[in-house]
Amino acid sequence: MDTPPAPEQEPRRYGRRLFLATVAGGISSLYWGKAAWDHVTGVISPVASAVAPILPSGGWRIYTISGQMPEFDPAAWRLRIGGLVEQPVSLTYDELRALPHVQQVSDFHCVTGWSVQNVRWGGVRLGDVLARARPKASGHGLRFVSMEVPYVDYLTMPQASLHDVMLAYEMDGKPLAREHGAPLRLVIPEMYGYKNVKWLGGIDVVPRAVNGYWEDLGYDRNAWVGRSNGYGA
Amino acid sequence: MKPGYVRRFSPAERLLHWVNALGFFFLLATGLILYLPRLSMLVSRRQTIQYIHFWGGVAWLVALAAVVVLGGRRLLATARELDTFDGDDLRWLRGRGAPQGRFNAGQKINAVLTAAFAVLFGASGLLLWFGEQDTRFRFASTVLLHDGLMYVSLLLLVGHLYLALIHPATRHALRGMTLGSVDAEWAARQHAKWRPD
Repeated sequence: MDTPPAPEQEPRRYGRRLFLATVAGGISSLYWGKAAWDHVTGVISPVASAVAPILPSGGWRIYTISGQMPEFDPAAWRLRIGGLVEQPVSLTYDELRALPHVQQVSDFHCVTGWSVQNVRWGGVRLGDVLARARPKASGHGLRFVSMEVPYVDYLTMPQASLHDVMLAYEMDGKPLAREHGAPLRLVIPEMYGYKNVKWLGGIDVVPRAVNGYWEDLGYDRNAWVGRSNGYGA
Repeated sequence: MKPGYVRRFSPAERLLHWVNALGFFFLLATGLILYLPRLSMLVSRRQTIQYIHFWGGVAWLVALAAVVVLGGRRLLATARELDTFDGDDLRWLRGRGAPQGRFNAGQKINAVLTAAFAVLFGASGLLLWFGEQDTRFRFASTVLLHDGLMYVSLLLLVGHLYLALIHPATRHALRGMTLGSVDAEWAARQHAKWRPD
């Protein structure tokens, strides 16, 4: 028979189209992916906040810079406050926990693009701890020293005085876990995670804030969420 | 070849499949250690795992590229098969049951997506690695893309393993991917339009 094949019978090169569309969609998502995801999670926000906890990671990524996470020994650990202060202070874990307890719920944003919403932090206000050491007027910055050597980061005094800056020893109702910086981490919700120094061992009052660990690698010193590191304006 | 059996997959095709599978499982394991807080703490040596994961990924892509180059014409012909969808393929995808060639339409889609994902895994992985050292390579959505690929790949893998290992009508296909040959009667039933050499 001479009947020509129906048009739908003609073989189509759909494979390469699917391949190219998938690759193009994936690469272009570098530009629209996060905005789209935020939009989706914004629209279905009750669902999204229900999904985050069942993600195996709880939404967190754990970043370290050295071979091993510092270990917390309650008997040996001290929070040392020194530098430009009238009265250097060394607090044990129990002494720290005896200070006025505060709780806050705040979002945590990583500069690499992931966020964890509504983290419940418990701990002390940074100001309450600093007051015990009485910083000198010549100190315009603070150096936060991690037990994970050589991680340090800095805040200016005005940044450190923001109302929701705290030193957290609890997260979501439990003592801070090792991977989240046990026993103590800095929490400054206005800034990206790399400013929220984990495994805190010391705070020094210094003449001015300079580059910390990640700033030396090109990240912004003033790590405002949405307004630094190429985000926002 | 045993009598009554026909060859379905060439050595080059099988090598490509198993290099891909091996690399995928290796990268999944090392990647999950980086991704899951509980596992990162157990292993704890993040720098080392990150290094292994990154160079494992590079080795995986290089090995895939090497097999493709060595496979040459034979694999090019395979790619052409995977590229082509005819009317029966489209009917099959609509669930209407239509005779299929050496690859059914679902296998074609799975293979095409797997290849595209390899490219995207590689690109986003390189951006994650270099983005940590140089902020010019950092995009807000790189992590989202890399993780999203992982989740979709896992879904594809679960379906693939079910069909290759459990589903009675299709699990015989595993023999084709390991030994190369399949039962001729099974082939005539499952892949009626395929004419083995």
